[in-house]
Amino acid sequence: MTLLKRGLTRRRVMQTGMAGIIGAGVAPIMFTRGAWAQEDFCNNPTGDTVTIGLNLPLTGAYAEEGADEQKAYELAIAHLNGEGDGGLLNVLAPSALKGNGILGKKVGYVSSDSQTKSDVARAGATRMIERDGAIMITGGSSSGEAIAVQGLCQEKGIIFMAGLTHSNDTTGKDKRRYGFRHFFNAYQSGIALGPVLGQEYGADRRAYHLTADYTWGWTQEESIKAATEALGWETVAAVRTPLGSTDYSQYLTPILNSGADVLILNHYGLDMVNSLPQAVQFGLRDRQANGKQFQIVTPLVSELMAKGAGEAMQGVFGTSNWHWNLQDPGSIAFTKSFGAAYGSPPSQAAHTAYVQMLLYADAVERAGTFYPPEVIKALEGHEFDGMGNGKTLYRAEDHQCMKSVLVVQGNEAPTSEFDVLNVVQEVDRETTTYDPSIFGGELGPAEPAPLC
Amino acid sequence: MNPALMSRNDLFLLLGFTLVVLAMPIWLAPFGAGYPDLLQRFMIYGIFAVGFNILFGLTGYLSFGHAAFFGVGSYTAVWSLKLLTLDAIPALFFAVIISGLFALVIGFLCLRRSGIYFSILTLAFAQMSYNLAYSVLTPITNGETGLQLTLSDPRVIDAAVGHTFVGQPIPTLLGTPIGGYAGFYFCAGFLIITFFIAQRIAGSPFGMMLKAIKSNQTRMQFTGFNTRPYALSAFVISGMYAGLAGALLAVTDPLAGAERMQWTASGEVVLMTILGGVGTLVGPVIGAWIIKYFENILSALNDNILARFFDFLPDGVDTFFVKVIGKFVGDGWHLTLGLVFVIIVIFLPGGIMEGVRRVAAMFDRSGGKTSTRTQAAE
Repeated sequence: MTLLKRGLTRRRVMQTGMAGIIGAGVAPIMFTRGAWAQEDFCNNPTGDTVTIGLNLPLTGAYAEEGADEQKAYELAIAHLNGEGDGGLLNVLAPSALKGNGILGKKVGYVSSDSQTKSDVARAGATRMIERDGAIMITGGSSSGEAIAVQGLCQEKGIIFMAGLTHSNDTTGKDKRRYGFRHFFNAYQSGIALGPVLGQEYGADRRAYHLTADYTWGWTQEESIKAATEALGWETVAAVRTPLGSTDYSQYLTPILNSGADVLILNHYGLDMVNSLPQAVQFGLRDRQANGKQFQIVTPLVSELMAKGAGEAMQGVFGTSNWHWNLQDPGSIAFTKSFGAAYGSPPSQAAHTAYVQMLLYADAVERAGTFYPPEVIKALEGHEFDGMGNGKTLYRAEDHQCMKSVLVVQGNEAPTSEFDVLNVVQEVDRETTTYDPSIFGGELGPAEPAPLC
Repeated sequence: MNPALMSRNDLFLLLGFTLVVLAMPIWLAPFGAGYPDLLQRFMIYGIFAVGFNILFGLTGYLSFGHAAFFGVGSYTAVWSLKLLTLDAIPALFFAVIISGLFALVIGFLCLRRSGIYFSILTLAFAQMSYNLAYSVLTPITNGETGLQLTLSDPRVIDAAVGHTFVGQPIPTLLGTPIGGYAGFYFCAGFLIITFFIAQRIAGSPFGMMLKAIKSNQTRMQFTGFNTRPYALSAFVISGMYAGLAGALLAVTDPLAGAERMQWTASGEVVLMTILGGVGTLVGPVIGAWIIKYFENILSALNDNILARFFDFLPDGVDTFFVKVIGKFVGDGWHLTLGLVFVIIVIFLPGGIMEGVRRVAAMFDRSGGKTSTRTQAAE
């Protein structure tokens, strides 16, 4: 077999019907391919555009969150480029954003479907860095993805602005110098939710955990266990369920005879949309156990999930990073421009995605360069306001944002399909701040910036 | 190369293959595929498919569980990088050994049956391995989170020689980091070596035995041959190939996730082999390249890029095109893969290699020459 023959293979392949597909597939890539120039750091944007890599779960258990994040990123990029109503650009304080892109360069983006799988997320991020020349990677709706991509970004010298990730490990044991998280974490959920649970359900409860079997589930189980045991609760059992399960009946049956009177669902996304209604249909909430009404708690909950779980969510307590019905100028502005663009209020995933995009752009403007070590310095210890969570600090020690956390409860009498959660309490930043050293981990160096 | 050892055709095939592989960064650049990560994947899945073909193409046993060996190779490699040293050589060595042993156990059990029963048995074992990795053996595999390198790993050999590093630990080859194009040439070397080995196996008496098993196992048994050791050897060899591929994937990108053991991954290598041409040497590699190429190109397209591409069409028409084609790209790229697969299987049952043969035959006829070329490994 010779080279000539191999050439013919490809031609033959095209002839047998793939020419159109290749045309559609290759042509735009040739136009959008970024320059390979690496003047002094990875993917230094040299033209008049700058490319952001969006790594989003568009399929899998967290697909709905991913789709909402994508809308938010598109909106944020439009606002950064000076299109639309400007959204939160008008309320961010302090702000160096001018509404003419980032450092005068128009913001463009490439995206990749991470399928809610760590392995795939990492491959997608590599592609966007190596082929498309992305200067920053953002997005993701699972902590497994966030931790996998964060490690990659540290290796490549690309900043990673995490989307929705709630595991303690993201800014704890697995923290990285090039990774930043705006979203809150499981430990803060525990701080916020504990007192409310104690007040509502008393100090003498027996809890049964069902936990999504990966880093987020593990750390949330640990944090909620610690918070509830501090109240005097007893943990009967903690059972791990594989991420992406659809049928939870085999996990629900043992609860009946376990002597538990509270079920804590450490599930998110589609997992919870499946597990919560199944638990309710199972009759758990109609039961009396140990002489008390059986209760279900969902430590992390979002509007999208509450909507998906429907009536099962009513009266159930959880925590959220943000809610569209908050009445500060930032939340009002974001809900208004998101609603105008897409006809529905934004979820907490959309909010964190939008804010992360703006914070990166703002940090680059303040640093005056895209050079990652400088941008990292601009983000570390930066304090800002106006994004809907009150005064917020990007803590330098672990790259975790310190801000207020919401305790929410499923709305018993929703007035619209979006009015599914009530904010019970806004726990302030002082209360939810914790010592970064409790989780260990090491950020690693920012300099010299690795070359991808 | 001693010409007595290797036929001229085989030698040309190997040389041509080597050339094409090593020049990939150049000739693939205009197709948007000339970047290291994808090139590494071309090499790695090429090795996986070549190994799979030794079992499926030569011996005729269709295994639906090869991703298990791939995953075992990955996990072994990452553990070697975590516990022993960041050097790639021990990682690859242990990965091949462990996946070989794993294949020996599974092969010993599965090869008691043939045909569809064998396929189902391998599928069952692979799915068991996947579930173990995903949610049972999480202390070893770290489940869905994936096994990663951290700064605090022990790495006893590195620690003993006082070797330190800064920042994120990156696998090395004798001190040189294996990333980017270095990683590609590292994997390309292995692809060429494994291709050569597969070529030698196909041409050897042992390979002849395997082909005989494929054509009629019962007749072999009646003539007094015990076929099982041969089939088991083929199974173990192809398991080791899969382990090597998995280890290379872990070495060039040090994260091992359970997804690579799922049945879809096992199915993918079957698709690669059939798409390229079962039983041929080059076919599976080409099949692997085509699938990985389309996966990378099509899954990266989104409605925005399509909208820009169809911008020249009048309003309404362009949104129609974007809507229709949008279903076939991005997260729906499997639809395209399915279509291509159906077209190939219907019109070219022998895969792409059969297409090559037909075109070659056409040219030979029109040139009026008689062909002296023979097809390798058929």
